Amino acid sequence: MFSKILIANRGEIACRVIQTAHRMGIRCVAVYSDADASARHVAMADEAFHIGPAASADSYLRGDKIIEVARQSGAQAVHPGYGFLSENTDFAEACEANGIAFIGPPSSAIAAMGSKSAAKAIMEKAGVPLVPGYHGDDQSPDLLRAEAEKCGFPLLLKAVAGGGGKGMRVVERMSEFDDALAAAQREAKNAFGNPDMLIERYLTQPRHVEIQVFCDQHGNGIYLAERDCSVQRRHQKVLEEAPAPGLSEDTRKAMGEAAVRAAKAINYVGAGTVEFLYDVDGSFFFMEMNTRLQVEHPVTEMVTGQDLVEWQLKVAWGETLPLAQEQVKTRGHAVEARIYAEDPDQDFLPATGTLRYLSTPDESAHVRVDTGVTEGDEISIHYDPMIAKLIVWDESRDQAVNRMVQALEQYRIAGLKTNIRFLHAAVDSQPFRAAELTTNFIASHGDLLFPKSRLDTDKALVLAAGFVLEQRKSAEPVTADPWSPFGRKNSWRLNSEYAQPLKLQVGDEVHELKLLERDDRYQVFVGDSVYHLNARLDDDYLQAVINGHRLSVHGNLHNDELVLFYEGDTFKCTVYRETYDFEELAGEGSLAAPMNGAVVAIQAKAGDRVKAGDTLVIMEAMKMEHAIKAPADGVVSEIFYGEGDQVAEGAELIAIDTEEAD
Amino acid sequence: MTILQSKINPRSDEFQVNHQAMADAVKDLREKVDKIHQGGGPSYQKRHTDRGKLLPRERINRLLDEGSPFLEIGQFAAYNVYDEEVPAAGVVAGIGRVSGTECMIIANDATVKGGTYYPLTVKKHLRAQEIAMANRLPCIYLVDSGGANLPQQDEVFPDRDHFGRIFYNQARMSADDIPQIAVVMGLCTAGGAYVPAMADESIIVRNQGTIFLAGPPLVKAATGEVVSAEDLGGADVHCKVSGVADHYAENDAHALEIARRSVANLNRRKPVPVEVQKPKAPLYDSEEIYGIVGTDLRKQFDVRDVIARIVDGSEFDEFKRYYGQTLVTGFAHIHGYPVGIIANNGILFSESAQKGAHFIELCCQRNIPLLFLQNITGFMVGQKHEAEGIAKHGAKMVMAVACAEVPKITVLIGGSYGAGNYGMCGRAYSPDFLWMWPNARISVMGGEQAAGVLAQVRREGMERKGQTWSEEEEAEFKKPITEKYEHQGHPYYASGRLWDDGVIDPAQTREVVALSLSATLNRPAKPTRFGVFRM
Repeated sequence: MFSKILIANRGEIACRVIQTAHRMGIRCVAVYSDADASARHVAMADEAFHIGPAASADSYLRGDKIIEVARQSGAQAVHPGYGFLSENTDFAEACEANGIAFIGPPSSAIAAMGSKSAAKAIMEKAGVPLVPGYHGDDQSPDLLRAEAEKCGFPLLLKAVAGGGGKGMRVVERMSEFDDALAAAQREAKNAFGNPDMLIERYLTQPRHVEIQVFCDQHGNGIYLAERDCSVQRRHQKVLEEAPAPGLSEDTRKAMGEAAVRAAKAINYVGAGTVEFLYDVDGSFFFMEMNTRLQVEHPVTEMVTGQDLVEWQLKVAWGETLPLAQEQVKTRGHAVEARIYAEDPDQDFLPATGTLRYLSTPDESAHVRVDTGVTEGDEISIHYDPMIAKLIVWDESRDQAVNRMVQALEQYRIAGLKTNIRFLHAAVDSQPFRAAELTTNFIASHGDLLFPKSRLDTDKALVLAAGFVLEQRKSAEPVTADPWSPFGRKNSWRLNSEYAQPLKLQVGDEVHELKLLERDDRYQVFVGDSVYHLNARLDDDYLQAVINGHRLSVHGNLHNDELVLFYEGDTFKCTVYRETYDFEELAGEGSLAAPMNGAVVAIQAKAGDRVKAGDTLVIMEAMKMEHAIKAPADGVVSEIFYGEGDQVAEGAELIAIDTEEAD
Repeated sequence: MTILQSKINPRSDEFQVNHQAMADAVKDLREKVDKIHQGGGPSYQKRHTDRGKLLPRERINRLLDEGSPFLEIGQFAAYNVYDEEVPAAGVVAGIGRVSGTECMIIANDATVKGGTYYPLTVKKHLRAQEIAMANRLPCIYLVDSGGANLPQQDEVFPDRDHFGRIFYNQARMSADDIPQIAVVMGLCTAGGAYVPAMADESIIVRNQGTIFLAGPPLVKAATGEVVSAEDLGGADVHCKVSGVADHYAENDAHALEIARRSVANLNRRKPVPVEVQKPKAPLYDSEEIYGIVGTDLRKQFDVRDVIARIVDGSEFDEFKRYYGQTLVTGFAHIHGYPVGIIANNGILFSESAQKGAHFIELCCQRNIPLLFLQNITGFMVGQKHEAEGIAKHGAKMVMAVACAEVPKITVLIGGSYGAGNYGMCGRAYSPDFLWMWPNARISVMGGEQAAGVLAQVRREGMERKGQTWSEEEEAEFKKPITEKYEHQGHPYYASGRLWDDGVIDPAQTREVVALSLSATLNRPAKPTRFGVFRM
């Protein structure tokens, strides 16, 4: 077995690999960018090397530097994780050339699957069923248009070199085709350096079911059950489970065998995933093969009881597969939820920020948390905004779903927007519980997945007030006289009572509460209502009795920003204070960057007349494109940035004078 | 420490009657305070707030740290003193925490006679300054006053303890490193202009605050110059041109925020020259004091039952428990602060007076603050007692009280008569704070005793002239005297004239004493030097 490996990745997957390697007695070398100097994977590794600035193109994608580190540190093998260099043929080849084992398939296998159109041809030959479409090299727009007609609508445009939803567009009708093609090509070119597209029929009620395959260097190949990853947003998975609900044993076997055939067709070695579209009638079509360990591999581990990273290391070392096909058994049901820094209410727009408060469910035989961050870490614009993977297991799917609901309620993050509340609603929804899964799950159940708050506003405000006051009281005294009664913060008055005001801002609305304290109990006045509140705060845990109803919440109050966590829901408010900065607010017609990112295209110049809805600036952030559109008709008065500029969230990009319009 | 075992029966008739009587008195007290808090009344308040100004109590609330208690002094000042109502004497004063520092806040109430200074307004302002000066509390003046009340000028202007003393105090405090901060939130005319001008730091609210020696009418009369108040002495003039004010505020709330910042920049550390410990609540309900004490001063109660409801954990280590038992002395903590308690449990005898003097000496030696719980009809009289020298023994206690430099807090929990008042640190003995329960009475002697003495003198006179005096006539003679004593000895009468710092709800005694103690611990310890004790 290897004695030392290098992990050419970051975040949770780097940590995940290190964990298994350490368990096997293997030393680990990490690499890191400027942004990750104090990251968890660096701390976990036995040694770590700095490889460049934050941008991944200058660090985690620099195969040359990584190989240099491997040589310097004496690492015998490189584990690429997923993303970054994991499916990079050149890198795999460079490893091979330098006598460093690449923990993954041979470069030829990556190459074979790297081009989706080429892959489909191979699959067709191997007898793996395919979705109708076009996978040719001729990329002339006319031909693509003709192929699109042939394939039928709706169809999917996909980057040949792509993955992860980038450079991908659903086209509903011919009239949209040209615009979609241009956008997808631009995105693909930016993301992968290759604008080539393939066309596929877009199934309207499909499920995404994938097979985990494993091959060794001795010609053995097996499958380790399947995963259902149908619940997706922006063509990226958010909920995954194993096994896939409702699959017949025959279908399962047929898919598994097709997947192994696919792997063998390209002389595959190591862990791979063959993705299929699965239809209700039991038919399935090959989508693509991912020649790496998948993000969602833990659900397979949970149901098979195997450690896939351990398998990868063994296979890379040259051992035969630990199990034969008939020895692979699955038990129970596992579900994974991907916790992202993103805003589900704004079309899952990636979010950035600091994990000001982070509290995770306790890990057990039933609950597993794979993460690369700790409290205080930053989710930056440079990398994928995934915060963690939460995986649960139980005997049955019902029980596993209950576990997931509970675990999500115990996963508490403050400081940035996350999809936890959304995940909680999704997992707890009737259609998910009934396993009515399709890749349109989110679009078709929007009403269920974006529920109203679980707390009525008054009660939430009362809890918030209790939290704020109790925390204020537990704050360290700042004076030389720690127990002075003047520090009691109970607004004591002689021969009278004073209900201290507390303004809490929720969204744009400011609620004015009044709190009267007597003998450590509060009367809270919210509008015309009075609530009797008994509150006790223990660190972040507030136990409260409101008008005889006992309930408890967790919370985090930082710089007047309060987040309360209640049954998977969050309630956010700000302690409102008047400020005396009378600077004028930005005038109307200004357009601000929705997030930190780079300006990639400016489609207007000063003096242009623009109409509402015209795209003015295209930004790239979190590896996605965002169009900044004119909010109203007007004349562009000024453009504040140029193409290639980095801009911060909220920065004014362009100014439009709407009065000059006519 | 010893835990006081309080054996009371809350279900007894006596307790119930007492409780009801005191609860009624407290209810009356709170109702009167509510009324006082309304300042000049709704119409004047509305006129005030319509101008965008905050009411004085709201100003204080905003100035204080979030949740800070506010120990108001002189709530009843001018109560039923003048022909017209001048609630709180038109100025709100008290101690609260601002940016972590305990400060004396003095806020004019412009809704009360334009915030002008009546004689008792001056007295209250000076009393607040006196407390600040003694205890080294930074002063924050929220100025909104038309200056001296002109019809009362003879009682306001010329004497030593009149208007001019305010600025004298400001100068002396500033010299003694007791910060003086003025926030000009309204008029600040003539003499009043010296409040911000004499302050270490001053803040003025635009379009509200004005500072000038003479307002526009007087200027016009004197020189014919026509000028608006804002142009004459507004924020723009004083912040940009004259330099009379240092900080420019957009509105009241902004000004108070600046004042908080100014305090935050004082670089002050509270000395706390005593050993503090974590506070513990008493074991008994403070409201039971109502039922224990009641309002009938002739009824005796064990003062330990009161102490048990004031001190931390009801723990009280008594000193000389079995000697001079009419005076209870001992050590306790109140809200974590050590305190030596001297409490009356009957009339003062020679032994109790000596015990009191001894205990005061102990506390001064150890720098332990003193709390006097005063309920005293006086020193024992009679030949035996004069012969054993009760006068010199009483004098020892008075000497000790007068000279003690430790913080002294007095609470009148019952009668306060005659020389007992002196020995138990009455107003003349400069306690740092003096509070009064609503059942308390204060006079040179009890009304009945006074009437009796006067009747005795009259009867003797008449008898010398051979006249007779019927019982009915005597009763008729005594009645107005008793009534007068009752009226003048009443806490509201006393508090209206600022003979004390306030009438308090007995159930709040612990908080009031604790806050008072906290305020006094802003001054460093000072060794006591006693005079000659007559042995």
